[in-house]
Amino acid sequence: MSKSKETPAAKANAPEPSYLTAKSGLMSWLVTVDHKRIGLMYLAATLFFFLVAGLLAIALRTELYTPTQDFMSAATYNKVFTLHGAIMVFLFIIPSVPAALGNFILPLMLGAKDVAFPKLNLLSFYIYCIAAVMLVTTLFLGSLDTGWTFYTPYSKSTGTAVIMATMGAFVAGFSSILTGVNFVVTVHKMRAPGMTWNRMPLMIWAIYATALIQVMATPVLAITLFLLIIERTLNIGIFDPALGGDPVLYQHFFWFYSHPAVYIMILPGFGIISELVTVHSRKHIFGYRAIALSSVAIAVISFIVWGHHMFVSGQSELAGIVFSFLTFAVAVPTAIKVFSWVATLYGGSIRFNTPMWYALVFLWTFTVGGLTGVYLGTLSVDVHLHDTYFVVAHFHYVMVGGTVVAFIGGLFHWWPKMFGRMFNETAGKISALLVFIGFNTTFMTQFFLGHQGMPRRYYAYLPEYEVMHQVSTIGSWILMVGLFTVLGTLLHAIKYGAKAPSNPWGAVSLDWQTASPPIEHNFHDTIHVTGSPYDFPEIDKSGAHH
Amino acid sequence: MINFSMMFHGQLGMLGVPPEKLGTPPMSDSPWQLLPSASNHAASLDNLYVFLTAVCGVSFVVVIGAMVWFMYKYKYKSDKDRTSPLTHNGKLEFGWSAIPAVFLMVFFVWGEVGFVNMSSPPADAIDIRVTGEKWKWTIEYPGRSMASTIEVEGGEVAPYLIVPLGQPVRLTMTSKDVIHSFYIPAFRVKKDVVPGRYSTVWFTAIEEGTFPVFCTEYCGDEHSSMLAVVKVVKPEEYKAAVEAATVLEQGASETAEQFGEKVFKTFACNSCHTVDGSAKVGPSFKGVVGRTENLADGSSIVVDENYIRESIYQPNAKVVAGFTPQMPTFAGQINDEQMNALIAYMKTLK
Amino acid sequence: MSSTSAHDDEERPWFLAHHFDTVGQQVSAAKLGMWLFCCTEVLMFSGLFLAYFIIRTLYPEMVLGASEELNKTAGGVNTIVLLTSSFTMALGVRAAQTNNQKALERNLLITIACAFIFMIVKYFEYTAKIEHGLLPGNWYAAAEHGYMLPKYSRVFFGVYFTMTGLHGVHVLVGIGVLSWIFIRARRREFNSENYVAVENAGLYWHIVDLVWIFLFPLLYLVK
Repeated sequence: MSKSKETPAAKANAPEPSYLTAKSGLMSWLVTVDHKRIGLMYLAATLFFFLVAGLLAIALRTELYTPTQDFMSAATYNKVFTLHGAIMVFLFIIPSVPAALGNFILPLMLGAKDVAFPKLNLLSFYIYCIAAVMLVTTLFLGSLDTGWTFYTPYSKSTGTAVIMATMGAFVAGFSSILTGVNFVVTVHKMRAPGMTWNRMPLMIWAIYATALIQVMATPVLAITLFLLIIERTLNIGIFDPALGGDPVLYQHFFWFYSHPAVYIMILPGFGIISELVTVHSRKHIFGYRAIALSSVAIAVISFIVWGHHMFVSGQSELAGIVFSFLTFAVAVPTAIKVFSWVATLYGGSIRFNTPMWYALVFLWTFTVGGLTGVYLGTLSVDVHLHDTYFVVAHFHYVMVGGTVVAFIGGLFHWWPKMFGRMFNETAGKISALLVFIGFNTTFMTQFFLGHQGMPRRYYAYLPEYEVMHQVSTIGSWILMVGLFTVLGTLLHAIKYGAKAPSNPWGAVSLDWQTASPPIEHNFHDTIHVTGSPYDFPEIDKSGAHH
Repeated sequence: MINFSMMFHGQLGMLGVPPEKLGTPPMSDSPWQLLPSASNHAASLDNLYVFLTAVCGVSFVVVIGAMVWFMYKYKYKSDKDRTSPLTHNGKLEFGWSAIPAVFLMVFFVWGEVGFVNMSSPPADAIDIRVTGEKWKWTIEYPGRSMASTIEVEGGEVAPYLIVPLGQPVRLTMTSKDVIHSFYIPAFRVKKDVVPGRYSTVWFTAIEEGTFPVFCTEYCGDEHSSMLAVVKVVKPEEYKAAVEAATVLEQGASETAEQFGEKVFKTFACNSCHTVDGSAKVGPSFKGVVGRTENLADGSSIVVDENYIRESIYQPNAKVVAGFTPQMPTFAGQINDEQMNALIAYMKTLK
Repeated sequence: MSSTSAHDDEERPWFLAHHFDTVGQQVSAAKLGMWLFCCTEVLMFSGLFLAYFIIRTLYPEMVLGASEELNKTAGGVNTIVLLTSSFTMALGVRAAQTNNQKALERNLLITIACAFIFMIVKYFEYTAKIEHGLLPGNWYAAAEHGYMLPKYSRVFFGVYFTMTGLHGVHVLVGIGVLSWIFIRARRREFNSENYVAVENAGLYWHIVDLVWIFLFPLLYLVK
């Protein structure tokens, strides 16, 4: 095994080599404490699991092409949808933007040399790997068929490998908590001199709010899964009505974490969009303070709306009413962001490159996702729509149409910084079009399916739902082609892309004021910040422009 | 994916109705046609739904319309472009926070009022008991000892909820094992069915017809087959309809063997015993009468009427070797007439 | 934007990590990180406390009856032991701050010894429960050992063992952490300039103590 060593370029005292070439050899990656390398390792791992869980989804949708069995039994179908959800949630979407993209960008944007605790950062990554191994092991121990939500009593009595899966999720939670602690401390303590809170890029605000939720919410998931494990192994009796326990109590515990978790999933995406719409329209963000503070407001309110997943569960009517009210409260800061992003385009000079196209796709799909959340927050309407395809469509619109679209836009935007290469613009734009068409075809029909009563997690369905299912399945195939186009374009760029300048987009934030790709320690000299990260040279400060 | 087939703790798995055989009329032919509004809740809910769609639709058009307009008007022209220094506008920001907040409050109040109404059954509601278990519903009426079922397509038997037009009905529901959920889309009615407690839901049917009922809380392998049928009948026909659905009697033109097959299906024996020779949870009934079976305790027995009768009332008394003792008892559920017909039917299985 | 060189050639203390600019920055980062971690610990235990309160609200008589079987003396001794250990821990931190190496080592050892005493008392408590069949879940066998306890008492013992067990795991981890700090203290790594690791270990230990201060009355002293 080769040990990490300085490359000849580094030794010869030539211009300092980039973080990619400063040290070579497998060990130099496995024991690195460089946040950029750790970010890339997270990126490779999370994209791998995105692929696995995505293929599971394609299998599902293909099985659903006809109302009855095609090539999967009911038992297999139940395992496939469960694993699709569990892998996507725990191994892809929660770590993806914070740990993959955030790890890379956060210190650069702050003007810091690394995160506050680099070794802890590496430990977080290895804990994630252990969690991934545990979840994969589940497949060989009987798989999992409880749905990613593990509701009791079904998760207590089923014969599948619930314990291995919940242990995997438990361990993944630790990775998330440690990343959160790291990021909160980094933002507080490692900003470049002159970077006040009001001069931070909004991406930082978003990651900071996300990290707060990671730190505060994930411990409750840990204890929930722990209680589920001992309920199942030791018959403790806390969720089992035969022993005096309450199965609905599990839902309260579970959603107390999992609702804030969905904001862990979307807030970093919001941060990316703020960066994309400003840089690519050459304009200061509209409503900086509103967007920054609304991120924190969303983080706080997200802790008190969990009961909107449980309106028909048997919780009291009063609880339902309170949760519905608070759910509408959290909608307001979210809407403010969308309006502010659109207003940022006003009076701009919009470059229609791939990252900008993804930002525009996001505005479309996230608006649909957010508006349909309003339907679900409305108590009487939710009685009809709960546990139907309407819910499935809503959360895919916000998680895929929101987070994944923003994530891809962010990858295209920062790819030149990460690898020093430009990607093929035409291929990038084609991928955005395919993703847009495929995604909307797949999931818009599902709102109608849900309204017509089609329940979720159904393997076979009444014949009258067939046409809409077929449309949805065809859409999923188009979406798959689009996503593979993204993968191909990005991978191709690493080796064959044109060399990127240090600041191809003309951005002002600190991450672009250093080489592409950056040197190992990010900056040669400490930068003192004197202005906003959105002070583009095109902005007309003369007062002549209205 | 390795597919294990595991035994369930205690509870016997019972197969539900394959969806394609439910035989209810389609609820609508196209997404543009709304579901039937067959209950009082549906009627009021649909108005709120249309209002939500109108407001959200307009919002979407405004937001995306503005976005598209700006995309066109402010696209990059040259490197000499100058962009607006606008960073905020107090009035605009207040407006676009306050106006949505007002609409959201309207949705909240309207939804809450409907929800409270849906949670308050009137005192004169008819009580019907619903029990959920993996994977069937059992629907029982006051004063009737048998659960109600109806024959649907292909000889399948589905649980059957009969309700009178224009009279409030309250369902009191519980589960025997895991959480299920009772959902009647045409009535816009749904409630989780939880073990260890009772949950209730009420409605007044306002349209005659036959509609599907779904289980809508994931509960295992046959979750999507856990279906039922609800039928709305005129109040004057209600009592007779309930009586007809809650008896299992030999019809005038039915032979004992035919009636026996009906009993076999109604009590879902086929979920554990096949008639084609393949072993399932229990032994196959092909050629069972007159067969010598080896029992779990080492002795052997020739299958006759007495053994069949004993196995149905005391299933774990003499278990066949190689099978586990998990058959539930049907004591008190199958009467003598049904038992005799069942045995006659089993004799035809060669 | 003006810039200054990131790597001063004046002495960087050996304990200043490469990514921090000043010792002050490193120390305050370490402290904030530790406080955040302690918040996560409190949140995790609060889930268990919530479960306890729900059981107590649902079955008040059962909790009253079942908790009679807990050994108040053992619990009381353990409380005093932990409180003492927190005190000696605080003394240890003070010793590090004032460069008193001997006092630092001594106080760390006493703290670790207290932690061992806690675990030994706990060992006796648990073995007594095992003998009497007062165990959680599937192992609950109170009746077989002659204990006529209220229905669902098994759930109380489930909560008892989960809470004290998880707390015990944290005590064991604390023994490990404090031992490691002790070894580093022997190597003379800590002084009045560099003691934040001792302080952070102390913070962890105080959280462990704090959780017990709530556990003891809620489980043992139910009225």
